[in-house]
Amino acid sequence: MTVAVASPTSSTTARFSPRWLSDRLGGLVLHVAVIGLTVAWMVPTIGLLITSFRLPQDISNSGWWTALSPPFKFTLDNYSQMFAASNLGQSMFNSFMISIPATVIPVTLAAFAAYAFAWMKFPGRDWIFLALVGLLAVPLQLTFIPVTTELVRLGLTPDKLTAAGLPPFIPLWLAHAGYGLPFSIYLLSNFFRALPSDLFESAEIDGAGTLTVFFRIVLPLSVPAIASLVIFQFLWVWNDLLVALIYVGGVATVAPVTVTLVNLVGSYGQNYQLLTAAAFFSMIVPLVVFLSLQRYFVRGILAGSVKG
Amino acid sequence: MASVTYDHVVKRYTADLTVVKDFNVEIKDKEFMVLVGPSGCGKSTALRMLAGLEAITEGQIRIGDRVVNNVAAKDRDIAMVFQSYALYPHMSVFDNMAFPLQMQHMKKDEIDKRVKNASRILGLDNFLKRKPRALSGGQRQRVALGRAIVRSPKVFLLDEPLSNLDAKLRGQTRIELQKLHRDLETTFIYVTHDQVEAMTMGDRIAIMNAGILQQVGTPGDIYDHPANLFVAGFIGSPTMNFVPATVDNGTAKASGLEVRLPKPVSAAKGTLGFRPEAVTDRVVEGGPTMKMKVDVVERLGSDQFLYGQVGSDQMTARVDPRMSVQPGDTVQLGLDTRGLHFFDAESEKALI
Repeated sequence: MTVAVASPTSSTTARFSPRWLSDRLGGLVLHVAVIGLTVAWMVPTIGLLITSFRLPQDISNSGWWTALSPPFKFTLDNYSQMFAASNLGQSMFNSFMISIPATVIPVTLAAFAAYAFAWMKFPGRDWIFLALVGLLAVPLQLTFIPVTTELVRLGLTPDKLTAAGLPPFIPLWLAHAGYGLPFSIYLLSNFFRALPSDLFESAEIDGAGTLTVFFRIVLPLSVPAIASLVIFQFLWVWNDLLVALIYVGGVATVAPVTVTLVNLVGSYGQNYQLLTAAAFFSMIVPLVVFLSLQRYFVRGILAGSVKG
Repeated sequence: MASVTYDHVVKRYTADLTVVKDFNVEIKDKEFMVLVGPSGCGKSTALRMLAGLEAITEGQIRIGDRVVNNVAAKDRDIAMVFQSYALYPHMSVFDNMAFPLQMQHMKKDEIDKRVKNASRILGLDNFLKRKPRALSGGQRQRVALGRAIVRSPKVFLLDEPLSNLDAKLRGQTRIELQKLHRDLETTFIYVTHDQVEAMTMGDRIAIMNAGILQQVGTPGDIYDHPANLFVAGFIGSPTMNFVPATVDNGTAKASGLEVRLPKPVSAAKGTLGFRPEAVTDRVVEGGPTMKMKVDVVERLGSDQFLYGQVGSDQMTARVDPRMSVQPGDTVQLGLDTRGLHFFDAESEKALI
């Protein structure tokens, strides 16, 4: 009974409250929330940026926000000291030498594998795919000891590889490829599966073989998905500290930027101000990669998960 | 150019899921054959088996004299137009049409010549550089046709190619397709669920239901002499009138109608069938009359359809458009027994 009475009342109130008011209110709440979240995320970054231009004694004596009021005492010392103190040039080079192959290898392999999982029939396909998705849940740290043991046993350590005339980055390429593959295959096969089957059948009748279909139809149509995957993988490898530290240790000729930067700080936290400058310096590359590929990023993710 | 033969073809997915049952049709060289039936009747599967996209469980499919059961799709010398057109979205119109030829490693100038020729036939000359997304539905449809034409295949397969077009364009394209068939002089096999397309386009029609071939014949033949109750009800719009009747001494009795059957039948019970145009406002000589209580009047200008009750049966009549009838009226109608059918109650086969 109460239900029967309640429903007409609520509908009348809805009719009387002007609709634009609720729209405005909703929009306002949304904007406040978005701006609030952005500020919450930005404040530490801005603090870090300001700190990187402050003198070491100021940093240890007062908060970064005090620098925003006069007298201004900004300095570029941290940056010049950072460049002087570390072999950043070498580690930048190392980072690229690690990141580019460690992105290209897994994405290429994943594209082939994902095509097979999505459009080819072979026994046990679903089970293998399931196992692969299961690998997504394996914690990275769990693999360190067995993988390191195996790398040493196979002689894949930087010094031995250099002695053999091979690039010392091989263990990192392999490791990052391995860690990146499950997610890459998962993302790409979801995307490929969403491509309309008519296209494949039409190509089959037209006389295109499996490889032709892959290179001439699947790849060009999957540029968004592949671009977003490239961003993911590149950023993850570029920002990685742990994997690099474990598998190649602190060897200076192999160490990427992240490892070098951590070594700038003394064991007791001294020279903290150098880290702030270095952090901003190392952000440039990911920022460039992201900004240049970001228009694919959003589209690619949507296309992979919702529809083709 | 070739004939196509389905010889006892069966498609079975699992032991108890058979979608095409003992399908036998012979499609002649240069014929326009339409496979028609409600959705899920197996017509598309039958076409896809011929295209090589589905394996054939039992039986044989022959193109010309060649058994194609184990021939790859690309070697069957067929071309297919899909309902979704299946254009390659990242390629220009030219590249879309050139793709099958490139796959055959044809020379560049020959490809060029063929694509230009096809685009001229289809009026796509000015769109060759465009991507499919910059084309209208009708233009995309023509690109899909063009991609089939350039190969000059032995058989054209068309899987509901008009269902994504709006009504007006569909009518135009129907006519263009018929012209194309006449110009190309090639065997066309056309799948549709639309009986109007089937009637207007087909040299012959094959009607399927629940995986079973019901009847094959020319449109006129099927319209005038449907083999069973399903075909009679599927072809023709508005649908044929069906009235349950008992037969006594050569006379069929329904709830509001008694009619002398033109031919003796063995069954004692069954269904009387006659098309709306056999029920008129005139009394046909030698034919029975009936009283209809009119529920709905549909005026189409050239025609007037009355929907109503005769006795306890629903019936449709096509009457003179100038006749003035209101819903609720009771009108006297005549029945032309030349278009009378009688279907057996058990087997639903046509006895007359």
